[in-house]
Amino acid sequence: MAILILTLLALVFGLGLGYTAIRFKVEGDPIVEKIDALLPQTQCGQCGYPGCRPYAEAIASDEAEINQCPPGGEAGVQSLADLLGRDPLPLNPENGVAEEGPSMVAVINEATCIGCTKCVQICPVDAIAGAAKHIHNVLDAYCTGCELCLPPLCPVDECIVMRPVEQTIKTWKWNNPETLKESEAA
Amino acid sequence: MKSLIRFRGGVKLPGFKSLSTKSPIQKTPLPSRLILPLRQHIGESANPVVEIGDYVYKGQIIADSNSFVSAPIHASSSGKIINIGPYTIPHQSGIAETCIVIETDGKDQWHPNIKQCDVPGSLSADQIRKKIKQAGIVGLGGAVFPSSAKLKPTREIDTLIINGVECEPYITCDDALMRTKADEIIHGILLLRRVLNPIECVIAIENNKPEAIKAVRSTLARFKEENIGSVNTIRVVPVPTIFPAGGEKQLIKQICNKEVPQHGLPYEVGVVCLNVGTTAAIYDCIYQGRPLVSRLVTITGEAVNHPANYQVLIGTPVEDVLAAAGGVQASKVDFIMGGPMMGQVLPDTGVPVVKATNCLLVKTPEKSKKQPVQLPCIRCGACANACPMQLLPQQLYWHARGKHFEKLNHYNLTDCIECGCCSVVCPSKIPLVHYFRFAKTEMREHEVKSKFADQSRLRMLARDARLERIKKEQEERKARRKAEREKKKAANQKQKQISESPKASSG
Repeated sequence: MAILILTLLALVFGLGLGYTAIRFKVEGDPIVEKIDALLPQTQCGQCGYPGCRPYAEAIASDEAEINQCPPGGEAGVQSLADLLGRDPLPLNPENGVAEEGPSMVAVINEATCIGCTKCVQICPVDAIAGAAKHIHNVLDAYCTGCELCLPPLCPVDECIVMRPVEQTIKTWKWNNPETLKESEAA
Repeated sequence: MKSLIRFRGGVKLPGFKSLSTKSPIQKTPLPSRLILPLRQHIGESANPVVEIGDYVYKGQIIADSNSFVSAPIHASSSGKIINIGPYTIPHQSGIAETCIVIETDGKDQWHPNIKQCDVPGSLSADQIRKKIKQAGIVGLGGAVFPSSAKLKPTREIDTLIINGVECEPYITCDDALMRTKADEIIHGILLLRRVLNPIECVIAIENNKPEAIKAVRSTLARFKEENIGSVNTIRVVPVPTIFPAGGEKQLIKQICNKEVPQHGLPYEVGVVCLNVGTTAAIYDCIYQGRPLVSRLVTITGEAVNHPANYQVLIGTPVEDVLAAAGGVQASKVDFIMGGPMMGQVLPDTGVPVVKATNCLLVKTPEKSKKQPVQLPCIRCGACANACPMQLLPQQLYWHARGKHFEKLNHYNLTDCIECGCCSVVCPSKIPLVHYFRFAKTEMREHEVKSKFADQSRLRMLARDARLERIKKEQEERKARRKAEREKKKAANQKQKQISESPKASSG
């Protein structure tokens, strides 16, 4: 009798679980979305994956560590560690170093551009406009500073260079009082 | 008559006001060069409407904007435009923004179209609004909000508050204005009343300015006697001397016992608040036809030789103004635009006086530079008692240090008016306001960056979709071509067969 009841219960629960699995199926992996939201979206590929989303997928499937994103910096590693409940790691130097200072955008020297469209094709966010044998130009409002278009991709020397984004009243930041305190102590 | 409500928080500060009130208002001499930034107000910056080499008259519009929250810029004196380009502006950062530079010709000649209005009484509310907008008048208390944007409220106004509180130490320009030009202020109020139709008007003056209170009251009495305008609903209210009693939100709380909603504007609770200087500028623009080309500036501080209030043309370099005030005594000093509590340290003295410049404070480093040693927070809560916005500075301090943006939002960092009361009362000498200013700019950058990241993500997805589509189209085309080729081949074969078969039959 007991065996019968337990078998019945198992059947009922099994059916219930099977039904909910079909009825409330989750499309895709939600953790990938969450990781992707924390990545800086420069799409630079320094992590070894072709863009931020593939890297997010790799982290979610435990293929990659959380310390391979130099543009995100230590703060990015920290927020990924918080999300995933892992210990924060120092940035992997193999992937590059986090750059301090103002953010950079690419700029094309119109005098030397030969119109080869190589940069137009590689730009991950379509921030370069141009056609074959015509001068190309960077739309700096969309440029993420990924540096994928720089030589050796660009066949011309000194044609595409990075320049810092100019500071305005709106982007200017107050200095950190903490650093002020340290300099006084020293 | 309603009694005053005490706003929560605030601190009592030593005034240092008598430094600059001993001597009468003076005029600074015409400088050889005027530097006029295109953004001197909150909102959209104006666009130049003149070119290099143009001759301009005093009061001529040199930069304009179509935006509702914006104000035009006028030439402060006659002369030639010698440059339009980046110059350091009076801002803590020392950043350069586009300015129009005028080389003055010494004639100081008004534009021929500027003349006195003969019939100010017959102007409609809309005409007054338009004139105020064209005159480039902005809030002269320091916040420089375009006044025209305040004068078109979407609901009825109960109270018009004229702010003559001037609660920051050292500053006395509003005090001097009320003592000498009470007539103009009251004429200005009468004009504003025609635009806003408030039930009552209140002139709020801090009770440490008895002479200003007396001057405004006696002028009101004279207006009543001579029947110049109906001044029955205008009253003078002395408010207690507690910093920041002159803050817009604090003043509204004191006078009307109303609180302006978060991120809201005073008109939403039926109040419009304007500075006394702004009110006098409105009189100037309607009665004299003159746009905002000069303002009263308090030049003060222990290091200034002749501290006083000066009528200064907007665009005059700070060094020229200081020279007019007898120069500076010490060699190493800090130049502060505004008061000691909320003012900004100027990057250098080549920057111009702008519409927001109510005070130039020159302090010797002994008093302003040497910061006391900062000790750890002991959680005493003095800052929370002093905060006039009823925030929790010590919570904000922890989260500002850790850059916890969500928490900072939760504790309403954006509501901080940066008055500095918390820093003053802190027994550990923590520069709390500096932390909050720092955290505000960090937070703004974080927001901009995450918005940019979202945009980049969308562009990446769009690009992937496009590449996918192109690939698919190519494959389809290939398949179609292949099919066509095969069809053709088949057709050819068929034809061959047909053409061969008659041959065969004939053969």
